[in-house]
Amino acid sequence: MRIVIIDDSGLRATVLEEGLREAGYDDIHIVPPRGAFVARLERMAPDVVLMDLGSPSRDTLEEMLTVSRALARPIAMFVDQSDEAMIGAAIDAGISAYVVDGLRKERVKPVLELAVRRFNAFARIQTELEEARTALSDRKIIDRAKSILIHQRGLSEPDAYALLRTSAMNQGKKIVDVAQALVTASDLLGGSA
Amino acid sequence: MMTTLRIAFLPLTDVAVLAVARERGFAEEEGISLDLVRTTSWATLRDRLVFGQVQAAHMLAPLAVAVTLGLSQQGASLAAPYKLSVNGNMLVMACDFAQALDPDIARRLHDPLGTAHDFAAAIGLWRRKPVIGVVHRFSSHAIMLRYWLASAGVDPDRDVILRVLPPSLTTEAMRAGEIDGFIAGEPWGSAAVEAGLAEAVAVGERIWQRGVEKVLTFRTDWLEANPAIADRLLRALARSAAWCDDASNHAALAHLLSDPRYVDQPAELIQRALSGQIVARMGMAPLSMPDFMLFAREATAFPWRSQALWIYSQLVRWKMVDHSPANMANAAGVFRPDVFRRALADSDVALPGASMKVEGAVNTPLAVGSKRGELTLGPDRFFDGRVFDPERIDDFLAGFDAAQQDFAP
Repeated sequence: MRIVIIDDSGLRATVLEEGLREAGYDDIHIVPPRGAFVARLERMAPDVVLMDLGSPSRDTLEEMLTVSRALARPIAMFVDQSDEAMIGAAIDAGISAYVVDGLRKERVKPVLELAVRRFNAFARIQTELEEARTALSDRKIIDRAKSILIHQRGLSEPDAYALLRTSAMNQGKKIVDVAQALVTASDLLGGSA
Repeated sequence: MMTTLRIAFLPLTDVAVLAVARERGFAEEEGISLDLVRTTSWATLRDRLVFGQVQAAHMLAPLAVAVTLGLSQQGASLAAPYKLSVNGNMLVMACDFAQALDPDIARRLHDPLGTAHDFAAAIGLWRRKPVIGVVHRFSSHAIMLRYWLASAGVDPDRDVILRVLPPSLTTEAMRAGEIDGFIAGEPWGSAAVEAGLAEAVAVGERIWQRGVEKVLTFRTDWLEANPAIADRLLRALARSAAWCDDASNHAALAHLLSDPRYVDQPAELIQRALSGQIVARMGMAPLSMPDFMLFAREATAFPWRSQALWIYSQLVRWKMVDHSPANMANAAGVFRPDVFRRALADSDVALPGASMKVEGAVNTPLAVGSKRGELTLGPDRFFDGRVFDPERIDDFLAGFDAAQQDFAP
């Protein structure tokens, strides 16, 4: 079974490809949706095409699937329209899958399930990275605010942090928001810290 | 109690009514919290609607008909009770291609019939079969382009290459030389003009003076199960549309739409279509086109069944669907004037008495029967003078066949 992954994000495509190879599929190709990707795809004659639901090139791909003479068999989205749970999971994960007519459901389902798991795992990694990045920048802001308090109010570091925390609790805000307000105010007033 | 509605859209100027309903509080006044889901392809917008990830979508009217007729992947019965816009499309071509057309752009745009013939001649002079970008097979743009080209004997399936690409990639594709021009909703034509890559060759309002464009589309089963929510949404949209049509709001509207959450293009470009001030070639003074894009006036939002049937007639004409009584009835049923009337019964929106009209028959503003207040329809002629009588589709289609034979060698 020849599987083509159309994807702009190199990392996600790799994550998906690895998973498919581990599961024993070995005829896998990654095609970025740029330039003459449609012509490349036609030459490859895939059985299954997996594509990110967020890719703006889906309309171009579908048009090709509609009019292509090179693809002997029609390709339709999703293998079995009656399998609503599977379709729902795929859409939630952000996958569109196109499958050649006649390919048996039992053969495609594991591919799609695997793709769903990998896409979800990839999304989780992205979220965690984003959270880590946010946490890092939050930490920097809080450190700056503490440093302002230490220098201008002569507080110790634990006291500076406690003051920030108490202020945040009293105002019903997050510590980082109070810290940000302090840093901004200090910048505006020309303070140095 | 607030009801949350998720509605999918594409980044285009004609998402205005939905964006304003959310940002100016019109939806909230009706107890609706709008969650607008930005989408980059019509395929994904369609899938989100058909498979229930969103309750409604800002959809190309022909796509709503096509999905209902089972022509675009998974079929589903769709219902469009409200038109989000009329007109707003522009065909732009690479500047060197356009050199073979009338150099007086105002005259070129004013005379689509003459320009279509010039275009036919220009095809032969071009270094290859012209590649023209369209946003979707089932788009008003593709249908309008086909109609316009065919008027000059150009076979859109033989004499040019129509390449499907999303509006947001059009400028990039022009720059890379992958396409020689494209027809899309604003601000994408203006963006290519502003980049010096293309100039205007035809505008929608001169091809069909009141061309059906985006519709608010639901799955029929959802709409039937949630009539009260749909009615509240339509009332909010009607107030939003009136706000969008008001010229004094256009600057604010352009600014709002320029936000990355919506169109993510410069406000100055977006405002051109809203105000009908179209820059047809880079550096040129804008041309005034007051009907370039409509949201509310003349009962713009009313989903005339005859317009769904006009779309159907074009799908039949280009052999995208078989002509049958069942297909015709299903296509007509996508537009839901009954829901529009129910939702807006107690509002001050003018409600046409009829659900169908002869399309292309109004030459000058015409007062028509309305349940309430005055309703004047603007001129809605097709540039070639054809008239579409929804009761006589076969005659209408036969007219095209006869015209094609005139061009046969």
